[in-house]
Amino acid sequence: MAIPLYWWLAVAAGLFCIGLYGVLSRRNAIAVLMGIELMLNAVNINLVAFWRYITPQALTGQVFAMFVIGIAAAEATTGLAIIISAYRRRDTVIVEKLNTMRW
Amino acid sequence: MPIDQLVQVLVFVVMTFMTLGGGLGVVVSRNLFHSALFLVLSLGGVIGYYVLLDAGFLAAVQLMVYIGAISILILFAIMLSPGLMMQHQSQRNEQWWVAALVGVLLFVVLAVVLGQVQWPVADAQALAAPNAQVSQLGVALLGPYAIPFEVISVLLLTALVGAIILARDTAD
Repeated sequence: MAIPLYWWLAVAAGLFCIGLYGVLSRRNAIAVLMGIELMLNAVNINLVAFWRYITPQALTGQVFAMFVIGIAAAEATTGLAIIISAYRRRDTVIVEKLNTMRW
Repeated sequence: MPIDQLVQVLVFVVMTFMTLGGGLGVVVSRNLFHSALFLVLSLGGVIGYYVLLDAGFLAAVQLMVYIGAISILILFAIMLSPGLMMQHQSQRNEQWWVAALVGVLLFVVLAVVLGQVQWPVADAQALAAPNAQVSQLGVALLGPYAIPFEVISVLLLTALVGAIILARDTAD
């Protein structure tokens, strides 16, 4: 393996932190959703890299990554549906203004 | 360094530029539509990672589910309701610099900590022959992982029904 495991972990950490910045700093709910997608992808890179370098004989890492992709798909559909529904009712997708449930 | 290893490193570097550059584009772009296109670029870089890691099936799944479904869904949502783009408003809140600080600090901490751990990397023989055949993956999904597999199909069905009910036009 030409590429050390640490490189994969560092890249995944970088992608996770970029996604975290997006989630924390964007006002648009759809942009927040995109940040979450980036973070889930970073987790997947980690899972597959650990599978390839530490337990290449087992399939757990790949199966887990597939489950994460499936959950990401479910999260994206429901998230977008909620955003579109909120946009119809409140006429805004700015997350600071969607604060009805805030105590 | 042998030529195939050199190619691997080269592909890794290119894919890193795609993934991290696309990711940065997603979070800093002022136009939401451009953000979604950068998301496609970033997810495409991850496909290259999966190929480099001998996870060919995951690469195909990533292409079909993430790029073919999730990104296109986001692009559809943006294009069908232009008001979602908030084109003439600020795209970041007033705490963005705190968020940037948190992101950079977390990355530095992770990079240092991950570099100090001695990972129990498998021996060369195991590394050379990964258990990566699609048929074995299928057997695993219907054997030891059958119950999680069924649970995720129920979850996807629930999400499907929930999304239809939530996004339905309530006027009629």
